[in-house]
Amino acid sequence: MVTINGEQVNAAGKTVADYLAEAGYTTAYVAVERNREIVPRAAYGEAVLEDGDVVEIVRFVGGG
Amino acid sequence: MGPTREELKAAFDARFPKEFHQAMDSARVAVAGLGGLGSHIAVMLARSGIGHLFLVDFDRVEITNLNRQAYGISHLGMPKAEALAALLREIQPYLEIKTWQGLVTEENAAELFGGYPIVCEAFDRPENKSMLVNTLLCQCPETVIVSGNGMAGYGDANEIRTRRIMDRLYVCGDGKTDVNRGIGLMAPRVAVCAGMQANQVIRLIAAQAGIKENI
Repeated sequence: MVTINGEQVNAAGKTVADYLAEAGYTTAYVAVERNREIVPRAAYGEAVLEDGDVVEIVRFVGGG
Repeated sequence: MGPTREELKAAFDARFPKEFHQAMDSARVAVAGLGGLGSHIAVMLARSGIGHLFLVDFDRVEITNLNRQAYGISHLGMPKAEALAALLREIQPYLEIKTWQGLVTEENAAELFGGYPIVCEAFDRPENKSMLVNTLLCQCPETVIVSGNGMAGYGDANEIRTRRIMDRLYVCGDGKTDVNRGIGLMAPRVAVCAGMQANQVIRLIAAQAGIKENI
């Protein structure tokens, strides 16, 4: 299991890009941290989530 | 003749320790985006005695900005960075201000903001917010970001809050109200979010100077 934004999610084995697409995130609107390290956008396609990973995803909305 | 630098310094609230005012005076903060969030963040930090502000925006003041941004009629048509600098000089004439008028991109963000220990992300569009946060977190290991995310409409303002989401990323906002979903922006909620960002900046400055919080 992977902890994503505090919730247990069955996402081990998926890439960050796959998970974002499945969960309905727009890649251009997010920032992703895994195990307290920022995941560069260019690495979303290669970064494979592992059992026990702790992931934070921030989704930005418009307005300022 | 306006007040002297010493008179203005002496006017800061003496109930805070001297070290607090010194920490504010030597702090350097960048504000990326000078709209409803950024213009108010800068005004609040100036009132709080910040020593140096770096103001960044590509845009000019328009009539549609007056509903929520710190500008007035006299600023219409001026570059926002210049208009805000003029406004801030009315509040703290000795504040050191650096301005940059242009588009922040993935290519120039690190160079523009890398020298700043604290950067306020105050852009309007989600893709620009994300670009700045990602670029600074990846390329500027010393920089802490205080971002605004979700302050549209006039719903419950208590839903706007500050969260430390990553080691170097604080996010203020409700995280959901989105102008791209047709919700407009109004002065109060935008100012609430700006106030939270400015307050988080002050907390970071105090913490970095080893000053205990005075609650």
